[in-house]
Amino acid sequence: MDIFERLENVTIVGAAGKMGSGIAFLLAVQMAKRKLSPEGREKTYQLNLIDTNPAGLQNLVGYVRDQTVKVAEKSIVELRNLYRERTDLVENTEIVEAFVDEVGRLLMPTTAIEGAASSGMVFEAIIEDEKIKIDLYRKLQKMCSEEAFFFTNTSSIPITTLDKKARLDGRLIGYHFYNPPPVQKLVELITHGHTRPELVEAAKQLGKLLGKKLIPSNDIAGFIGNGHFIRDGLHAIAEVERLTKQGRSFAEAAYMVNRVSQDFMIRPMGIFQLIDYVGVDVFSSILKVMHRYIPGAGLKSEVIGKLVEKKVLGGQFSGGAQKDGILKYEKGAPAGVFDLTEGAYVAFDRSGPEAWTSRADRELGPTPEGWQAWKKMVGNPRKDEALRAYFQTLWSQDTRGADLARSYLKRSAEIAQNLVKAGVAASVEDVNGVLLNGFYHAYGAVTDLIPGLPA
Amino acid sequence: MKKLRKNVYMVCGFNTISLGTGRKEFHPKKPRPGLEQYIQEAGKGVIAQIPSASLVDECVISNFMAARFCRQGNLAALMPTIDPSLEFKPSTRVEGACGSGGLALYTGVKSVLAETADVVLALGVEVQNTVKAIYGADYLALAGHYATERKSGHAYFFPAKFSDRAGAYAQKYGRDRTRQAMAHWYVQAIEHARKCPKAQEHHNETKDLLAAGMTTPNPAAFVEELNFFDCSKVSDGASAILICSEEGLVRLGIPKEKAVLVRGIGQAQADLTKGPRDLTELTTSKEAVRKAVEMAGVAVKHLGVLEVHDCFTITGLLALEAIGVVPPGEAIDYVIAGKTRIGSELPTNCTGGLIGFGHPTGASGVRMAVDLWSQLTRQAGDCQANLAADRSLGLMVSMGGNDKTTSAVVVQQAS
Repeated sequence: MDIFERLENVTIVGAAGKMGSGIAFLLAVQMAKRKLSPEGREKTYQLNLIDTNPAGLQNLVGYVRDQTVKVAEKSIVELRNLYRERTDLVENTEIVEAFVDEVGRLLMPTTAIEGAASSGMVFEAIIEDEKIKIDLYRKLQKMCSEEAFFFTNTSSIPITTLDKKARLDGRLIGYHFYNPPPVQKLVELITHGHTRPELVEAAKQLGKLLGKKLIPSNDIAGFIGNGHFIRDGLHAIAEVERLTKQGRSFAEAAYMVNRVSQDFMIRPMGIFQLIDYVGVDVFSSILKVMHRYIPGAGLKSEVIGKLVEKKVLGGQFSGGAQKDGILKYEKGAPAGVFDLTEGAYVAFDRSGPEAWTSRADRELGPTPEGWQAWKKMVGNPRKDEALRAYFQTLWSQDTRGADLARSYLKRSAEIAQNLVKAGVAASVEDVNGVLLNGFYHAYGAVTDLIPGLPA
Repeated sequence: MKKLRKNVYMVCGFNTISLGTGRKEFHPKKPRPGLEQYIQEAGKGVIAQIPSASLVDECVISNFMAARFCRQGNLAALMPTIDPSLEFKPSTRVEGACGSGGLALYTGVKSVLAETADVVLALGVEVQNTVKAIYGADYLALAGHYATERKSGHAYFFPAKFSDRAGAYAQKYGRDRTRQAMAHWYVQAIEHARKCPKAQEHHNETKDLLAAGMTTPNPAAFVEELNFFDCSKVSDGASAILICSEEGLVRLGIPKEKAVLVRGIGQAQADLTKGPRDLTELTTSKEAVRKAVEMAGVAVKHLGVLEVHDCFTITGLLALEAIGVVPPGEAIDYVIAGKTRIGSELPTNCTGGLIGFGHPTGASGVRMAVDLWSQLTRQAGDCQANLAADRSLGLMVSMGGNDKTTSAVVVQQAS
């Protein structure tokens, strides 16, 4: 069974979720294009969208439709060619509509898991809970053919565990898309000792078809992406605690570390904004999984536990807007921060030189010379040169902000190197690849652009 | 008709801003003026220069595709919205794709010659930002022959048609030099537009324009031989001007030196169902120019300022050759040498042309007449070219479709 045969009948379980929706859209487009090709014309294609939430499934159909319109508009040159024999379709408008219909016809939304029974490929993007995932895979194992391949979007649970407990016999692979799947180029490919070689081959072919960059990771809880991100987040929390002990409020400390990790480190967003984007609760559950599989490595956080307890959760509204988490948001931009000690949000205040946020900014000091905002930096045609010069000054500057950034960057490099030592990543280049493609960093964790990093 | 049977003048021109991407005030998701607002702004801009709208005898409105871009037809009936005194006066809508504006001028001139009017308000308008470029491409493609060309045509129909011309021209006269000349045409268009506050590219701050112009085309996403900088943009805008007899000027109380005199006019129509005779030549434009120049009884060497229809950079080069400024293939050197810049030998498209000023399709021909009028009456501000005494004539060529519907006009300052 080659990848194109498998594409004839595909299932996504957890299709109405954020990740499931994106994966559904990506696959639907490829399936529809295949259907339009000479090889696919006589075949029937079916994409089973399975979720426990019927309203979510209805939204999903609308989402796929809207996204398909956009992708059809963008790939109109290719689509006109695919439809060249359809004399009834002349204008771009007609071509776009026809393609949207084609995609729509593939979709089989259902709340019944039995929909997966005849699929050659099953993608799973349900809640990050080991027990629930195992239950699901056990059901799938019974109803699906022995040829079916399974792709899990787990970002932390070891694949071996799921594969073994559901007796999938090497037919499950870790296929970790980044959020949002249609935009993010990265897919972490997680194999283990028993993964079937044909499955690895299919996963690679699919990656090519979807235009994704696959980076291999070993099957150790958290893999490369969360292996770095979770520890990166824990470092930030430890810094907040340290600053708090020196007499600052929790809100001030969290604000400072967030600003350093965004501005001073030229990242797309500050660490607490990123944790909010992922979801504080999701961060917490990944942390628990990692702690269980990698005990004694300090993979726990009281602060995260307390935040979840207080329902400071982050995540997104169904429309995509950011929910309040460690930070409070106004029109998508941070406007305040949760003070864990007070149990309430404190708004940023720069109303005067003595307002708390102004004071915190003053204490951090100005961003070093050569600084450019992340967006400008990634678009800079001479990015490496600019970064090297910037880090040079960062390393020589004696301000609180520069100091926090230096120790943060050192820690990030150390995490990356440890991931290689622990056998999670094959090389620091793979860790860098994940950060560059999945987290949109402007530079890798271990890089000669930063002076003074441990080699 | 070998010569005009009476004097015809153009005066009191007005251009609106050409609005679209590039203008700071343009935001695709924010409300913008619509078709009627543009008609009214341009019409009132003209009327404000004369004692009363009631002095206008007749209206001509040119537009290409409002029926699809704006879902509005019967545009002649929108002219009375400019001023109540225009109600019940004759009004005609003309259409010849992107050459519609030229037809408005031609029609206005004929009314004056026919003595059915002494003052004609000629107005061109187009609003195109109502749909995404990919759907706009469908509407604009209707300037080609739908039955035989559209299905086999490219998603971006007209860019592909002119890409074919660019490819043929490059093959004949050298690929590298052609690309360079096209890039230089782009640089000139933007630099001229920067001098004109109403131009769509007025706010363009790109530092290395030549590098942008030299961008390698990407056929997977667009077309073989053109990059985005080779193309005029999607524009909203309107232009209007009065076409008058001598009696008309007197009636308006406008001294002759404020007007331009139409020395020659030519219109040429090719067969829509047939492809171009020669991809490297604008044969129909050439014919319209021949008629206009012959009627004017002048030679190309007397031309001091040009307005050409550079919907694409390659079209700018081809237009220079169609006019006879240079022999075939030599537009390359002429443009690279900067001879079409303001301050050089033959200033061309002094407000930026279709690429720099913008291309509200049905308005462009009228816009050219407005710009020639302001040049020849020395009202062009920062865009003003120096006109030598022996090169005091202006020529414009308006073109619709793939060199199908063309009009040329030769004007000089009246005295």
